[in-house]
Amino acid sequence: MDKKIKSKLREIVGNNNYFDSNEDKLTYSYDATPLYNQLPGAILFPDNDEQISKIVKLANTENFNIVPRGAGTGLSGGSIPVENSIALVMTKWNNILEIDPVNLTVTVQPGVITENLQNEVEKLNLFYPPDPGSSSVCTIGGNIANNAGGLRGLKYGVTKNYVMGVEMVLPNGDLLKTGGKNVKDTAGYNLKDFIVGSEGTLGIITKATLKLIHKPKSFSTVISFFNSMNDCSKTIFDIFNSDLTPAMMEFIDNTTLKCIEEYAKLGLPKNAEAVLLFEFDGREEEVKEDTLTIEKILSNNNSISVSTAKNLFEANRLKSARRSAFSALARVKPTTILEDATVPRSAFPMLLEIVNKAANKNNILFGNFGHAGDGNLHPTCLTDEREKQEIYKAHKAFDYIFNETIKLGGTITGEHGTGLSKKEFLVNVAGIPGVEMMKKIKSVIDENNILNPGKIFTTSPRCEGILPFNKNQIKPFNV
Amino acid sequence: MYSRKEVLSNLLNDDLLSQCIHCGLCLSVCPTYVTTNLERSSPRGRLRLIKEYADDKNKLGNIFEDEMDFCLGCRACETACPAGVKYDVLHNETKYLLSKDKKVNLKKILIKFFLNKILANPSNLKLYSRILRTYQQSWFRKMLHSSNILKNISSKLFLIDELTPQISKISSDEIIDEITLPISKHIHNVTFHVGCIMNVGFAEINLDTIEVLKKSSCKITTPKNQYCCGALHAHNGELKKAKELAKNNIDLFRNYEYEYLISNSAGCGTFMKEYYELLKDDKDYLKSAEIFSSKIRDISEFIYDNDIKFNSGKFNDSVTYHDACHLVHGQGIFEQPRQIINDICDKNFREMHNSTFCCGSAGIYNILRQNDSQIFLDQKMQNIIKTNADVVITGNPGCIMQLRYGVKKNNLNLKVKHTVSFINEQKGI
Repeated sequence: MDKKIKSKLREIVGNNNYFDSNEDKLTYSYDATPLYNQLPGAILFPDNDEQISKIVKLANTENFNIVPRGAGTGLSGGSIPVENSIALVMTKWNNILEIDPVNLTVTVQPGVITENLQNEVEKLNLFYPPDPGSSSVCTIGGNIANNAGGLRGLKYGVTKNYVMGVEMVLPNGDLLKTGGKNVKDTAGYNLKDFIVGSEGTLGIITKATLKLIHKPKSFSTVISFFNSMNDCSKTIFDIFNSDLTPAMMEFIDNTTLKCIEEYAKLGLPKNAEAVLLFEFDGREEEVKEDTLTIEKILSNNNSISVSTAKNLFEANRLKSARRSAFSALARVKPTTILEDATVPRSAFPMLLEIVNKAANKNNILFGNFGHAGDGNLHPTCLTDEREKQEIYKAHKAFDYIFNETIKLGGTITGEHGTGLSKKEFLVNVAGIPGVEMMKKIKSVIDENNILNPGKIFTTSPRCEGILPFNKNQIKPFNV
Repeated sequence: MYSRKEVLSNLLNDDLLSQCIHCGLCLSVCPTYVTTNLERSSPRGRLRLIKEYADDKNKLGNIFEDEMDFCLGCRACETACPAGVKYDVLHNETKYLLSKDKKVNLKKILIKFFLNKILANPSNLKLYSRILRTYQQSWFRKMLHSSNILKNISSKLFLIDELTPQISKISSDEIIDEITLPISKHIHNVTFHVGCIMNVGFAEINLDTIEVLKKSSCKITTPKNQYCCGALHAHNGELKKAKELAKNNIDLFRNYEYEYLISNSAGCGTFMKEYYELLKDDKDYLKSAEIFSSKIRDISEFIYDNDIKFNSGKFNDSVTYHDACHLVHGQGIFEQPRQIINDICDKNFREMHNSTFCCGSAGIYNILRQNDSQIFLDQKMQNIIKTNADVVITGNPGCIMQLRYGVKKNNLNLKVKHTVSFINEQKGI
């Protein structure tokens, strides 16, 4: 990156908010996605909308790219820098601006940590349901940009169901304000829904108004263990055919269970083939009734052990143990490639079989866990990136899984976003017209392709620029 | 002399480094990241930098070294890490390698002298402690303070003076008999590690420990001429000396028969529990290090595990508890002291916000990085003040010194006590 541009950027945000040492570049070259990394040219912490607008305008005239970033916990590479880019970090925008208990909304800056938001609104007996696994670290801006899901998807939906209004700086430097506190609003295109999940390719979110609900009066957390996968699958079917709507219904396989137990030391039976973790919430009588029904279904299906959390502390321990699943799997192998295959929930047991087949066929290890209630599985390949052959096998396994998932009417990503790691599969699920429409939208809004280019899809042809003369000049694509 | 490559082949093991999958779950618990919001001040950022350093790409400069020193070594990241990354091992090894690379300066010589010539040598420690006590008791110090001369010469020196423990009249190992018998029944055979700072600066806490152990049916053996555990050495790049001290301690306690070796200092306890890790490449000592480490118990852990009860009749003060990093993160001891305190103070216990965040003491961090240390202390004091408690209890001498300074700085009417002193104060046990 040109020195002159750097000094202009430094001028915009000030010395204290500008970083470009080797140490800083290295530590902003990654997010939580395995296998991908790239150094940014500089790291900027803007203070206000005007500064962001100035940076964006400069990017257009000086021809560099901007990659917006929250806490860097994304799993599809959405916040990994691209070539000739700066990282625009929003973590210092961490104020909750207003909680409106009458209109049931909360207005926040994008750097607010999801769990902090939840804790604050719960003090007023309100509730913000979306809770991604990394909720103690990840930020609302990132949640919106990736349409994050979480453990409560089945009953309460995902981030998009809670975004009411967004403010963002557009790729030309203008400030867009769309939506607000109105429950009903049919004025023109529904822009905010279109911003949710745009992965930092259409603008930089600077403010958001989110929907809240009243906090459920009562909670009940139940954990159950199975000796066979069949019993577990049958339980899932029985629940789908009952009138139960658990707020949470989490599946954990044996490999994942062992790792979680090793970390959390809860005394769980490590030999169980499968685990289902439920949460019911609502009015007290309702929750009691549901808990009884689930216990009945579980005992009918040979669950070897069922226990209900006695208090909030126990319940939280179980849930946070489940949240640690992805990272805990790194105890087996140093590289954990976590995917996000999602199917209509009735096909969830079938999806599990597909992953097992892929693992056996390619002779590679998988740990599985996920949100059984909404059909969102996280097949996690346990491998070692230092061994090329292993990574090749992993990619082959995922090819198979994604293709079969799409055959079941599923999708390649339920809650992590497309980013870098899944863009080659996008066309399989969105179709050519779908991807073409996305590209057109992107090229109209971001004329010079300066915002997070190369994510979700590639807009420019691969061999842009001077033709290479020898092999060394050809850069590997997206590696 | 080993080449850097050879040293690296033993230290900064690639398997250990690769364990971090940079998921970021450590960010929100890291005091330095929460303060600066910079990835390089986060555990996963530091690990990424250490990896680069190990690969010897030679692109790292002062910022890297500064980040290694800025890290408190509180190990909150290890508690938060589901993958089980051994951050502390990697951090210590990096500091060791850096200390070899670094140029010598006055500060470094002074630290080395303090660690190797004073702390590591029991008789020197006592000698210097006596000199220090003479100064602390003197009109000279009073004059320095009342006239603000010290503050004017150097605010740093003033703070060092304030943060130095008040040296006890006699060091505890001169009072404690080699064998102490239990008050009534004899159930446990334990040995007691007096520590170095505890021994000369907090003799009364050591005496309280002996009292509590006596009441807990213990026959206590306190070997004379004990050695420093070496934790401060390992954390400040003196890995060799740390290993030497570890071996000295193992050899000393080998002569006694005991179930548990009791420690009342979180930092020492943690380090001694990990001697087997420190000496993993030493064939002669590995086995005995494993046995030695397996017998270490923190005093609160010992009381809790053996279900020893200390009930008090009436209790009016409200109490809060500060988790010493090396108890909660180093040894996973969280529930135990709370249970003990709760039993005694009967519903007057008030949990503080972020109780598991470091107070900024962190070994000799509060001396080496005074300004940073004060930031963490101020955050901690705010959280303590919000509880409105009369007493704050903790399990480590460093934290006690630091919090006492925080109390003075904020003009508070708040007592800072070690868990074991709090127990021993209760009548009628």
